[in-house]
Amino acid sequence: MKKYRAVVLVACTVFALVVLGYLLVRGVHFDVLQPAGAVAKSEKSLMIFAFSIMMLVVIPVFIMLVMFAWKYRAGNDKKVDYRPEWSEHKLLEAAWWGIPVLIILILGTTAWITAHSLDPYRKLDSKVAPLNVQVVALEWKWLFIYPDLGVASVNELPVPVDTPIHFTISADAPMSAFWVPALGTQIYAMNGMSSQLNLIADHSGTFPGYNTNINGEGYAKMKFNVYAKSKAEFTSWVASTRKSPNMMDEATLQKISQPGLMDETVYMLMDNNLYDKVVMKYMKGTMSDKDATGASTQHDMSNMEGM
Amino acid sequence: MSKALEMIAKRDKAQLGFWLYLMTDCMLFTSLFATYMILRHSTNGGPGGSELFSMSFVLVETLILLTSSYVCGLANLAIHNGRRKEFVWYLGATIALGIAFLTMELTEFGKLITEGNGPQASAFLSAFFTLVGTHGLHITIGLVWAAVLIWALYRQGRHEDILRKFSLFAVFWHFLDIVWIFIFTIVYVMGVK
Amino acid sequence: MDWHWLFGRLDWSYLPHEPITLGAAIGMPLTLVAIAAALTYFKKWGYLWREWITTVDAKRIGIMYGSVAIIMLIRGVFDALMIRSQTALGGPGGSQLFSTDTYQQVFTSHGVIMIFFVAMGLMFALFNIAVPLMIGTRDVAFPFLNAVSFWLFFAGMILVNGSLIFGGFSIGGWLGYPPLTELQYSPGPGVDYWIWSLQIAGIGSLLSGINFFVTILKHRAPGMTFMRMPIFVWSVLVTTVLIMIAFPMLTASLALLSLDRLMGMHFFTSMGGGNPMMYINLIWAWGHPEVYILVMPAFGVFSEVVATFSRKKLFGYKTMVIALVGIMFFSFVVWQHHFFTMGSGADVNAFFGIMTMIIAIPTGVKLFNWLFTMYRGRISFASPMVWFMCFAVTFTIGGVTGVLMAVPAIDFQVHNTLFLVAHFHNVIIGGVVFGYLAAITYWFPKMFGFRLHEGLGKAAAYFWQVGFLLAFMPLYALGLMGAVRRLDSYSDPSWTPFFIVSAVGVVFVGAGIACQVLQIAYSVWKRKTLRAGGDPWDGRTLEWSVPSPAPFYNYAVIPKVSRVDEWWYQKQDGIKAPKDSDYKDIVMPKNTAFGFVIGMTAFAFSGALIWHIWWLVIVTFIAVVAMIIMRTMDDFTEYTIPAAEVMKMDKEARA
Repeated sequence: MKKYRAVVLVACTVFALVVLGYLLVRGVHFDVLQPAGAVAKSEKSLMIFAFSIMMLVVIPVFIMLVMFAWKYRAGNDKKVDYRPEWSEHKLLEAAWWGIPVLIILILGTTAWITAHSLDPYRKLDSKVAPLNVQVVALEWKWLFIYPDLGVASVNELPVPVDTPIHFTISADAPMSAFWVPALGTQIYAMNGMSSQLNLIADHSGTFPGYNTNINGEGYAKMKFNVYAKSKAEFTSWVASTRKSPNMMDEATLQKISQPGLMDETVYMLMDNNLYDKVVMKYMKGTMSDKDATGASTQHDMSNMEGM
Repeated sequence: MSKALEMIAKRDKAQLGFWLYLMTDCMLFTSLFATYMILRHSTNGGPGGSELFSMSFVLVETLILLTSSYVCGLANLAIHNGRRKEFVWYLGATIALGIAFLTMELTEFGKLITEGNGPQASAFLSAFFTLVGTHGLHITIGLVWAAVLIWALYRQGRHEDILRKFSLFAVFWHFLDIVWIFIFTIVYVMGVK
Repeated sequence: MDWHWLFGRLDWSYLPHEPITLGAAIGMPLTLVAIAAALTYFKKWGYLWREWITTVDAKRIGIMYGSVAIIMLIRGVFDALMIRSQTALGGPGGSQLFSTDTYQQVFTSHGVIMIFFVAMGLMFALFNIAVPLMIGTRDVAFPFLNAVSFWLFFAGMILVNGSLIFGGFSIGGWLGYPPLTELQYSPGPGVDYWIWSLQIAGIGSLLSGINFFVTILKHRAPGMTFMRMPIFVWSVLVTTVLIMIAFPMLTASLALLSLDRLMGMHFFTSMGGGNPMMYINLIWAWGHPEVYILVMPAFGVFSEVVATFSRKKLFGYKTMVIALVGIMFFSFVVWQHHFFTMGSGADVNAFFGIMTMIIAIPTGVKLFNWLFTMYRGRISFASPMVWFMCFAVTFTIGGVTGVLMAVPAIDFQVHNTLFLVAHFHNVIIGGVVFGYLAAITYWFPKMFGFRLHEGLGKAAAYFWQVGFLLAFMPLYALGLMGAVRRLDSYSDPSWTPFFIVSAVGVVFVGAGIACQVLQIAYSVWKRKTLRAGGDPWDGRTLEWSVPSPAPFYNYAVIPKVSRVDEWWYQKQDGIKAPKDSDYKDIVMPKNTAFGFVIGMTAFAFSGALIWHIWWLVIVTFIAVVAMIIMRTMDDFTEYTIPAAEVMKMDKEARA
């Protein structure tokens, strides 16, 4: 049995690892795999589809690897063909060029289609009017402004269920990124730029949100929560927040822009142009003296997308 | 291998190696050009190319550099025909014209800086100074190289060695000329429009 | 008296404060002092200077690259242990083993060290050790430049490690995105250490790229056409093209960032019109080819290993070449997939995503070719072949997750999460590390004349493989649970078991490295028993035709080549010993101190820039220029060995 020692060791190890894996994932909640909104749901289906199609190649490869290693090992050479010069086979080569090309064609087409259908800038298909939320990434907190509702909040993002949320996202911080895994797509938040994102929650609940791009010491603690509420609950939240003693204006913005962490706080919104002011703070530098005067708030910010 | 064949092999390798280095230098300039293209309108509320560039000034600079390339070509002919004194004159003229070019460029830079339009004023100016300045740095290195070559000649270096080293210099100098044509077009001509 | 002009911004306050960094800051110099004391005691300074520091012999330079890389591997894995210890304990109610600032420096230096000093170091080690021997030549095209490249690499290594002692390292991640790395958010010297250590090492890499390209083009043995070269040499050729085209873009990115920091310019600043997205494009235009630079030589290694240990001709030589060239071309048009989420728009995302997927095709073809080299072969599972088996499984998993992330809409959910971290470690460890470790075992006997102990080698592979799975498979799960990268704390308790398993994985990898260190020590001790002749593996390529260790001139008589796997078929046809008249005079390059001195001056130059010691910047810059000029004026850089002496040495070596 000594010569099969290695095989036994490998087999036992694989078995142990599989068991360990099962024990680990049992009962765990995966935000990305148990999505709470249409965007994340589409992205999950896409993952499963792409993964499954690749298994068509990967599984046979693993089987062949083990089979060939076993069958053609030096100790076995009495029982099998040894052909040291055999190094060509047109049909086999056609197969392993052709099948991957086909798979990539399928995946490539899928990638093209979904890059467009799941484009963060694309408005969602819904009869419900979208809710506008402006997002500003700060050192090390998230400011959410609801310009049409007269409220703002830090690290707390209540939204109504089954309503598309249209985010415009900027920053006054090193490059950050806005991500709610349960709802889908993340996008970068950059100084002087305005990104867009469209998400929707299809049931109520609390969904954690994160910053995915390192932006300094407070990076790990720059978390927020999405509170998807029923329309009634959401409306009452807006109403009570408008009575909040906290005011969100330029002075408060200045204060909270200082580096540091914050607890969830809500505000009555006093200045509807705060977001534009944040964007303009850095966008000035990209303008010539001709368009520095009288510019900006008329600009269609959505054209300030990437390169 | 015989000595002659060895020298040819050595020159061959050096030339291949140097051309490859020039290709990498090309990639460096490409990166700087790309950066300039992206940042050329970001003037931070200040002046842009149309306000700052003087086309007649740049035209003179260009003519000086092109002439220096021509003269370098004459030096090349001279050394290949063994006319060492002529070679030194033409190489000296190349250096002189190079110095004239650099002087003009430094004058332009100096004027911009004293007016408050230095590289710290805006992204456009950072990109301008860096792109044009990197070219100027390469010109400076070329001038030092040419001077060292003249010194090598006076040290009675081996003719094949001088030939090999000068042929590399000549390629370098012409390459810088080509880069300047791109700068002239992309930075100055397109900037002034 | 104001001494600031002399010392720049250097100050005692830049010494580290935390126990662990303080320990490193004291431990490293102490270790160096101990080594210096040992060298003095054993009177080895002269030997070190003559045989190693001033050498221009590619084999020696390769061994130095490899030694530095292995030491850096130990530091890099220690960094990993620190990271995973913190995350295992950083859950809700957990503790901070060290400050967040230290943690962020640790993962930044972990990435920098692993990519630039371990992976690139091992890669250049293999280039130097194997390429001249495999193409039947004596040395590289530009031996002096080769030495300069190594010492620049060494200077970069000192800078990264020196930051531990004075000033701290960058906290911006291994690629240092602005505006975080601009003065506004990172005024200290850390980012400058990062910039210059990469910049200096990068110039060394660029020069090596040129060097090996010219070597392969101009130094091949007579009869060795391109299609008769070993596939490893093809992989190196393709890699050097990538190096030459990509590295200048790294030089440019770092230079522009340093201009922002040193001279207040506005390339990537938030104010003044700077554009951080430009940096991201530029640096990834280098960064993506970089990872193919790392992995293609590993593919080349496996082509040699699989053919040799299956005792069979490599399947599909032509296709392997086409695949390598195809991967090379495509690696230039995929860089945007590193920032699908930056908002480029669907068309751009889709284009780059599809280009990325296409690379999977030639890569897959290579895997099939290796598989079918095994088919109908006679496979012996020496440790290089064991590494191949580990690679085949591990790299394939990594490739799958790579194609997944090439779909932009999938990447939207996994970008910058631990899923991404798992993917790239998957392909780098599975591909690059396993390949280079296989290569070390494979070519070690050729350099040193004895084999590495097999049992410890296989144990190492086992620990690495299991360690990899334990350390990184949980990270895939964590990413899907919402865990982003670079965190030192988190509030979801269900993540903790995964982080604990991952920490155990790092310990396993550490055990694997311990086996390898033990393996080297034990093999040196038992080198008489493990003695190897010229051809310990019954190899196929030319390097196995010379004695082990390879003589400093490689080949006493330059071989003539008429086919692929020339040595294999020569053995079958009957090896002909060289006739006395075949021996000719050999011209070899002389040793020189300039490589070392230029490297150390580059280190001083960088230090001066980091600490704003302007007079030293000028002095060191002039010194480097002067040394280059002096070297070009030196007409006597070679010496000749007469044919009779060559013959004598060769006959002794073959006896």
